Amino acid sequence: MASTRDIRRRIRSVRNTAQITKAMQMVAASKMRKAQQAALAGRPYAEALNRVLASLANRVGSLSHPFLEKREIKKPCALIISTDKGLCGALNTNLLREVAGLPKNTVFVTAGKKGKQFVARAGRELLADFEVKDDTSSYKVKQISQFLIEQYLEGKIDSVSVWHTRFVNTLVQKPERTDLLPIGQLEKLAAGTGEHAKTEIKADENLQYIYEPNGDEVLSALLPAYIHFQVYQLMLDAKASEHSARMVAMKSATDNAKSMIKDLTLEYNKVRQSGITTELLEIATAQMAMA
Amino acid sequence: MAGKLRLVVVTPEGKTFDDDVEQVVMPGVEGQLGILPGHVPLLTAIQPGELDLKAGSRGDELAVGGGFAEVAGDRVTILTDMAVKPQDIDEHAVEKALESAKKALLEKKDGPEAAALMALIQKSMAQLNLKRKRRTNA
Repeated sequence: MASTRDIRRRIRSVRNTAQITKAMQMVAASKMRKAQQAALAGRPYAEALNRVLASLANRVGSLSHPFLEKREIKKPCALIISTDKGLCGALNTNLLREVAGLPKNTVFVTAGKKGKQFVARAGRELLADFEVKDDTSSYKVKQISQFLIEQYLEGKIDSVSVWHTRFVNTLVQKPERTDLLPIGQLEKLAAGTGEHAKTEIKADENLQYIYEPNGDEVLSALLPAYIHFQVYQLMLDAKASEHSARMVAMKSATDNAKSMIKDLTLEYNKVRQSGITTELLEIATAQMAMA
Repeated sequence: MAGKLRLVVVTPEGKTFDDDVEQVVMPGVEGQLGILPGHVPLLTAIQPGELDLKAGSRGDELAVGGGFAEVAGDRVTILTDMAVKPQDIDEHAVEKALESAKKALLEKKDGPEAAALMALIQKSMAQLNLKRKRRTNA
């Protein structure tokens, strides 16, 4: 049986761990709130953008743009949005398991250290790695989408899909794939674009828009804006997922530590009590022997 | 014209403005663009500048960044990456940002960063102009 001193030492160390995980849980919780708010704040913009795209879709027959063209896919590209740090449960593991099944000719662009490490370990082709800190200002994220757009237009990659975790709620985050480029059918896109399109989005078909300066130019300004925004929104979603997953992981770690402290305290008291009993017995025996 | 326009200004960070107005003047890429109720459906790109609106006797202004405007029926939707009310503009902060952006631009003449800096400068200018105009009027 361990001595009381050993048990005390273990209790202290477990308590320290619990304090740390508790602090991390708090930090994650406040970051999560912020990230969730940011993810929700983009919703009106997404709706408006979808509506405008839907209205363009009615005329897309007369418009053309490289983003809409389907080409033969020789080099697909996957953007992996992962986290920089661990301690967030199975978030990255789940995401990267999905990614591992991609065909061999896929090239990767990563945002977040975990994705980069994965690509390096798996010996896949890494095109670029972007650092994304908690500050997801649209300017930073734009560099990623801009890079993807340029690579796509230069023909170095033929399609772009984004692998990310969709934030469902605080307890559930789902790894998901969103196809970014080529955009394909505008109508389809306007009807059900990704996350926030559940609200009614339909263009008035009898509205004949005037385009200023002209349809092609509006389209060629609108589509990149759409791509930028899409990546930005996915990034926010991924951040919200990350912080939620971390908060939950840290909460369960704190709970585990607490129950461990309880068990150890019980054991400590048992050992202490048996020590006292032994001592009493010894005294009583000694007295009896003296008498 | 008795009708009203519903003006909605949205940015990726949220909804900035959502109310009934009588008139909107926006900085279109082809020049200032005035919208009154009953305007034909229009889809246009806008550039950084000022957005003027009139509601009753009250006028208001917003500094906006580049983006798009959609006019459909009696609804005007402005999609932009920035929209600030004059009272929210921190002149010193903007001036500082403008200075550092100009300095950075001198070092980097091209590439995506320069474009981003240019956009930043234009947006800062739009904010400053609006703030200064406000002051001279008052």
